[in-house]
Amino acid sequence: MLDLTWLLIAVPLASSAVLLLAGRRADSWGHWLGVAASGSAFVVGLLALIQMLGLDAEERSHAVHLFSWIPGAELNLDAGLLVDPLSLTFVMLVTFVGTLIHVYSVAYMEHDPNRRIFFAYLNLFVAAMLLLVLADSYLLLFVGWEGVGLASYLLIGFWNFKPEYATAAKKAFVVNRIGDIGLILAMGLMFAYLGGVDFETVFANVDGVSTATLTAIGLTLLLAACGKSAQFPLQSWLGDAMAGPTPVSALIHAATMVTAGVYLLVRSAPILEGAPSAQTAIAAVGAFTLILGALIGMAKDDIKKALAASTMSQIGYMMLAAGLGPIGYAFAIFHLVTHGFFKAGMFLGAGSVMHGMGDQVDMRRFGALRTAMVTTWVTFGLGWLAILGIPPFSGFWSKDKIIEAAFVGEGAQPWILGGAALIGAGLTAFYMSRLFFMTFHGKARWTDGQHPHESPALMTVPMIILAVGSAFLGLFLAVGDRFSHWLEPVTGHAEHHEPVLPVPVLMAATLILVALGVWVAWRKYGAADVPEEAPAASLATIAARNDMFQDSVNRAVFERPGTHLTRTLVYADAAVVDGAVNGGGEAWSKTGEVARRLQTGQVRSYAATMLVGLVIVILVVVQGGL
Amino acid sequence: MVSPILFWIIAAITVIPALSLLFARKAVHIAMSIVLVMVGLAAAYVALDAPFLGVVQIVVYTGAVMMLFLFVLMLVGVDQREDLKETITAQRWIAFFAAGGLGAFLVSLITRVSIPVAEEGAVGDPEPIAILLFEKYVLVIEVLGFVLITAAVGALVLTHVPRLKPRRTQVEVQRDRVRTGSDPVNKVFPGVYARHNALDIPALDPEGKPIEASVSRVLKIRNQVQDGAEFRAQLEDPSRKEDDR
Amino acid sequence: MDPVNFVILASILFAIGSAAVLLRRNAIVAFMGVELMLNAANLALVAFARIHGEIDGQVMAFFVMVVAAAEVVVGLAIIIAVFRARQTISLDEPAELKG
Repeated sequence: MLDLTWLLIAVPLASSAVLLLAGRRADSWGHWLGVAASGSAFVVGLLALIQMLGLDAEERSHAVHLFSWIPGAELNLDAGLLVDPLSLTFVMLVTFVGTLIHVYSVAYMEHDPNRRIFFAYLNLFVAAMLLLVLADSYLLLFVGWEGVGLASYLLIGFWNFKPEYATAAKKAFVVNRIGDIGLILAMGLMFAYLGGVDFETVFANVDGVSTATLTAIGLTLLLAACGKSAQFPLQSWLGDAMAGPTPVSALIHAATMVTAGVYLLVRSAPILEGAPSAQTAIAAVGAFTLILGALIGMAKDDIKKALAASTMSQIGYMMLAAGLGPIGYAFAIFHLVTHGFFKAGMFLGAGSVMHGMGDQVDMRRFGALRTAMVTTWVTFGLGWLAILGIPPFSGFWSKDKIIEAAFVGEGAQPWILGGAALIGAGLTAFYMSRLFFMTFHGKARWTDGQHPHESPALMTVPMIILAVGSAFLGLFLAVGDRFSHWLEPVTGHAEHHEPVLPVPVLMAATLILVALGVWVAWRKYGAADVPEEAPAASLATIAARNDMFQDSVNRAVFERPGTHLTRTLVYADAAVVDGAVNGGGEAWSKTGEVARRLQTGQVRSYAATMLVGLVIVILVVVQGGL
Repeated sequence: MVSPILFWIIAAITVIPALSLLFARKAVHIAMSIVLVMVGLAAAYVALDAPFLGVVQIVVYTGAVMMLFLFVLMLVGVDQREDLKETITAQRWIAFFAAGGLGAFLVSLITRVSIPVAEEGAVGDPEPIAILLFEKYVLVIEVLGFVLITAAVGALVLTHVPRLKPRRTQVEVQRDRVRTGSDPVNKVFPGVYARHNALDIPALDPEGKPIEASVSRVLKIRNQVQDGAEFRAQLEDPSRKEDDR
Repeated sequence: MDPVNFVILASILFAIGSAAVLLRRNAIVAFMGVELMLNAANLALVAFARIHGEIDGQVMAFFVMVVAAAEVVVGLAIIIAVFRARQTISLDEPAELKG
């Protein structure tokens, strides 16, 4: 079965091609073909997982050779798949959550005339994402990396008849390109210093390379990861990406694609091991984004944007863990998986709310929905408990471990990183509770004519499954460190380190902060009345509402100087380069105008010229030269 | 050695008529002057021990080339007078300085060098020239033969006017005349029968009126037609004697 | 008398011929100027033949005559063709070469 993993990519890709080419004929069955393609990929992945579980830990890495891709002397690259615990984890996450979201979308997109195209894009995304995680070389990974970027762009702009949605898609595309430059540079450095771009060669040659080179590679990889995972300073696109349909936000911009950066860093663990500075940078970026996302999430009134900020913040946790080295890798992936479940579930819940509220996204116009939408309330509530890290829900098992790991180390680093993670947990509790209470509790602040109703079974069933996963997956995987052992062939065995503070103290502090956050949120948004319009607020709140002025900063720091530079260059080009060329051309033209006068058309003038020339020639001959 | 008297005579009958090229107005006059120049040159050749070439000069230039010029002059209109006023700016000065300068330059050049003159040279009689032509220069003669033939064919091609319509026979011409109702016989010839005959005077009909159509259209355009009225007046003048008619 | 004087005579005739080409607008007259230049060259050739006492120069002059005859034939044919097309043989008329 492991040799058939190429089916994982081929089936959704073929389905996508069929859906895109079939046209309106596929309107009646296209969405079910999409679901079937995703579902069959899940079955293939599940069979591969079962087979892998039957193997010993040492044998749990299976290379699938596909074809000779770039046959060359220096760069001889084959296209192949690497099936190991890490990639299989992603396969399971992508196909399982993906299939659920496919099913959900059947109902959610029911009234959209272009539903089959939506499913074509979703299948394209699944294929590209699976290629990304299964690739056995950075270059093939890059193909998938670009593929998910393309799918993301297409899906954010799915309703591109609205200009701001199209702009959001373009923004995501452009910002992602910046990250892609990082990956391209990283591949160039690998090829130059490590002799190849496939994982095997690169990781085998890491020992013989200087730390500076590895640091450079690590930092460029970090840039790539920042672009894809919406980490500081390339975080600005994620909030706008919520323009896409909600299932897209759930699948691509919460559960899977945005975590590709974390995957990239964990996959590149052997490189990062040799570059402590890069690791520190990764952890710092993660910690900073964690706080930044949480602060933004606290102020957002748009339910999807609040969830997007939360995603940013949670991926910050993962990046932080990935930057901690072997003790963090497993927890980064662990948190990634649990986050994929509970965040996807919450996004689907948000979609369900929007579905019931006529596409309203302003949380200030929600409230008291728990009676109208019981299933959504319960499933969302389980996701909420999971992200809060309340034991025994999923988030507790993954996030607490990251907080613990962040406190491991010497000097000031554990205090800074751990402190950020700890504060982040409290902030998370506040903004998620705020979101939850504003939506489902308090008084109804609905606009006129709204009749909230529960969504159809096609939508609620995936939400229920994801909610179950949010509730128990962490516990299931954490018992006996199952997940860490499963990933050990890839991440390496982590020595157990003691945090600077005792574990029970940390756990208690986390829970107290979380409880504090929930309590404050309940006081402000659950028990008290929520104004229907956003009240005047402090500067900090305004900053958070405006995404910490990220767009203004980008505009001032990058766009304006870039525009001016471009204008200057255009002017210089027109004045200097074009001027020289045009001037030269004009000079010749003028010369021609003058020389034209000589051509009088008078035969006798020509004869005179000839005679004068003859005289001159004779003179020269007689005088023996000029 | 050439007799100085002969030289000066030759110089006079070549240079002076040649100047007509610059100053004469009528092309016919120029052509005749050039004929004289050619004759002078033939004399010069004879004086320079080239009797064969002298004869060829007379035959070719005076007899053939210049006559050809005259034919063409007749063809394009012998009456044309050329206005000597210059139309191109400074062309006269350029021509004067270039040509005069060239002549002066060549003359000064030749007078400054001294070339020993062979006392007894070979004489250009037909026999030695023929031997030289058909032995040493036979290839050149062949090539010149080609040149002449090509020139003849070229002249034919250049002056040939392609026939655009099929040639009309006399019968067809006569039928067309009758059909269009025009004069079935020949047009009236110009001139006054029995008394006066000229192309530029219209013929008189039996009533004594001039027939305008009898004069060539070309002459009318050129305004070279004599008025018929004058002759009619003479005819009708009662003061004139009956005998004069 | 020195035959070189004939060369001087030839130079003068050549100058007159070239001046005629430059000055006269009538194509036939200009053409006669060309002929005069050719004949002047012939005279120089014959004179030099006499100076050197050989007859090769005369043969050269003979060749020039042949070529001149061919040139006259073609040149006059061109003049007639132009006259047919334009009803004039003025050299200033055809100014299509004007740039």
